[in-house]
Amino acid sequence: MSGVLLALPRVQVRFRPGLALSIALVAFFVIAAIAPSLLTTQDPLKINLGDALQPPSAAHIFGTDQSGRDLYARVVYGARESLFIGLAATALSMSIAFVLGVSAALGNKLTDGAINRFIELLFAFPVLLLSLLFVTVFGAGLTTLIIAVGVGTAPGYARMIRGQVLAVKGSGYVEAAGALGHSYPKVIRRHILPNAMRPLVVLVTLGVGQSIVWASGLAFLGLGVAPPSPEWGALLDAGRTYITEAWWLEVMPGLAIVSFALALTAIGRYVQQRLEGGLQR
Amino acid sequence: MTDLLRVENLRVGFGDTEVVKGISFSLEAGRCLAIVGESGSGKSVTARTLVGLTGGRSQVTADTLEFDGRDLRGLRDRQWRDIRGRDIGFILQDALVSLDQLRPIGKEINEALRLHRYGSREERRKRVLHLLDEVGIPEPLLRVRQLPHELSGGQRQRALIASAIALDPKLIIADEPTTALDVTVQARILHLLERIRDDGSALILISHDLAVVARMADEVAVMRYGEIVERGDAREVLSNPQHAYTRALLDAIPSTHSKGTRLSPGTPHVAPVVERAPRAADTPVLDARGLVKRYAGPDGQTRTVVDDVSFELRAGETLGVVGESGSGKTTTARIALALTEPDGGEVLLNGEPWTAVPEKARRVRRREISVIYQDPLSSFDPRWSVEQILADALPPGVRDPRKRVGELLALVGLEGEHRARRPLQLSGGQRQRVAIARALAPDPSVIVCDEPVSALDVSIQAQVLDLLTDLQEQLGLSYLFISHDLGVIHHMSDRVLVLNEGKVVETGTADEVFFAPREPYTRALVAALPRLEPRAASGEPTPAQVVA
Repeated sequence: MSGVLLALPRVQVRFRPGLALSIALVAFFVIAAIAPSLLTTQDPLKINLGDALQPPSAAHIFGTDQSGRDLYARVVYGARESLFIGLAATALSMSIAFVLGVSAALGNKLTDGAINRFIELLFAFPVLLLSLLFVTVFGAGLTTLIIAVGVGTAPGYARMIRGQVLAVKGSGYVEAAGALGHSYPKVIRRHILPNAMRPLVVLVTLGVGQSIVWASGLAFLGLGVAPPSPEWGALLDAGRTYITEAWWLEVMPGLAIVSFALALTAIGRYVQQRLEGGLQR
Repeated sequence: MTDLLRVENLRVGFGDTEVVKGISFSLEAGRCLAIVGESGSGKSVTARTLVGLTGGRSQVTADTLEFDGRDLRGLRDRQWRDIRGRDIGFILQDALVSLDQLRPIGKEINEALRLHRYGSREERRKRVLHLLDEVGIPEPLLRVRQLPHELSGGQRQRALIASAIALDPKLIIADEPTTALDVTVQARILHLLERIRDDGSALILISHDLAVVARMADEVAVMRYGEIVERGDAREVLSNPQHAYTRALLDAIPSTHSKGTRLSPGTPHVAPVVERAPRAADTPVLDARGLVKRYAGPDGQTRTVVDDVSFELRAGETLGVVGESGSGKTTTARIALALTEPDGGEVLLNGEPWTAVPEKARRVRRREISVIYQDPLSSFDPRWSVEQILADALPPGVRDPRKRVGELLALVGLEGEHRARRPLQLSGGQRQRVAIARALAPDPSVIVCDEPVSALDVSIQAQVLDLLTDLQEQLGLSYLFISHDLGVIHHMSDRVLVLNEGKVVETGTADEVFFAPREPYTRALVAALPRLEPRAASGEPTPAQVVA
């Protein structure tokens, strides 16, 4: 009815400074991951003990660490590993979630029940606990970190995917496709999966940022990538010892993590709005 | 008598768009004003303006906006909250969304009383029970603790009315109060509203249904594009409409007198162009024999929703299936489409077993029968364009799908420009046309139409019904036509099947069922219809009473 008009806000395309900044930040880190030498001329691993623990200055804008290495260069070079961890963990988590969620939603009652219990079991282990378990069994390292974060965040996504698939499965257009005589596998491929996965685009964006935060947290606890790697979490871990004398060792990598995760979230939210808005128009 | 409500030159805009463009009306206590119009006419916005619910982004201006001697212009939200419920009651169309899903209805009604500091806790409790009883909800003591979804549609609407009249407001605004309801339930709700009006409240009824209006209203205002095009005494406006739009609205209503005529003026009648290979005339295209379907209810009890239903649908014929919600008509349709497995009986399609064979064997024959749903939007994949939707429905082996899609679009009166559109970018009527085109794409012999026009405005409904009639003549289609609207059923059907509680109550030709109903249930159903007096000015020989 005409009343519905009142409830729909009009989608206006206008410049958003926050969004522009987010895109710029993400672009910066992506360049850092692909070609760090474009962003800094310093060597992240070059030790210069004479310059140890210098506060931020014109020569070293993020300051230097206990071995006199340029912190800015280390953050830039660390982006590759951090981004890789974020992407890989999210990819792993989404793959597990996809298999679990889709089979639960499309399977029979028994499969659904079994998978649901399994998801609940996974839920019972917090990411941190699961990571400790993995590290104890496999030893600390990049792969362990990715697996720990990937498996740890999977159950939440699995739930969401299951719900999405169920909703689409019960929709009118899936029934209509069946009434037209299309086979069920074809309907799954052409209608159910694409429509159910649509909202996941956003989840993935948000997930990458979250995974990086998780991985950094684990690295901070010494459960991640070992020094001298400039991975952001490892930087935090290394700087912990000097926190009273050199604040920048914690703040600069911390800012990198927070700003990247925030920027990704902002972009994710924007994409979400656009997707929903686009569907409404 | 002085006017309870006076509105002069009311304008409501959202941003740059003005949706109500300077309307004026007034209303005395104990009288009913009906505001009639189609979607987008501004009638609902008008109703919301009177209770201050147009939202923060709206601009409301008026020369006069006076209720009970009080100026309503520029009131703050707090002041509106004070008036709403106590002085002006507001009844919305859809009780299921208007009521809090997680709150028992008793609490919901109590809330209205509590907010306006009515009596003590005990007095409020008594008042709630009294109200539920007054609006005709059976067993108030039990119902008061139930959640909205545990009530039937009619009961929910009554509960909503109960909360609107809880504080005896002087004015009640009802926005499409019976639109989602069955005709017998509608009759009872209208009776209830009449009683409230007779008790001295003023009533503003917002409706698209002229027959409802004819029964209730003392005065009618017909709205279109934000303006009142005609206003006056209800009897006068409905029997002798002055404005062309009012006349078109009245003509668009399918009813007993409209059978065999066109509902939408200006659309030429299309003569049959395609001659079909004649089918064996003695084989029904659809032959349902003793269908039974049972479901286990939430209480563990088994309910028989379709109980020994048999019918035959012959080539080129329309069989109307009419019944109230829960009568089993949609389940019957789903069984006919082999989307629901019957627990007993079977359906033959073009003389061959249909529901009794496995889905694998059915799949290749699915193109012989297709379906048009009530809500076309949800039956389209939102990612797909019209072109994709239609191409997807074509039978395999169509040589030039693009050309065929063009033909289908032309057949349902859509243009090439609609090809690339997504369903969401189409109007309600256009969507239903796409749905019809999709149903035609596989070249079926039967189309099951499940409430195909009940979500549409009356003028759009008229066009769609005319289109279906034309297509039937052109293509020799058979329709299994399901509707709760008796006027639509009579207009479309050759024969009619009346369902009640899963059983076939009566079957016969449309005229038999409507003019000489044999069964008490059918008689009650036909009698419950609000009726529109025939137009005095039209001069055509019309039946004494027009079923709308």
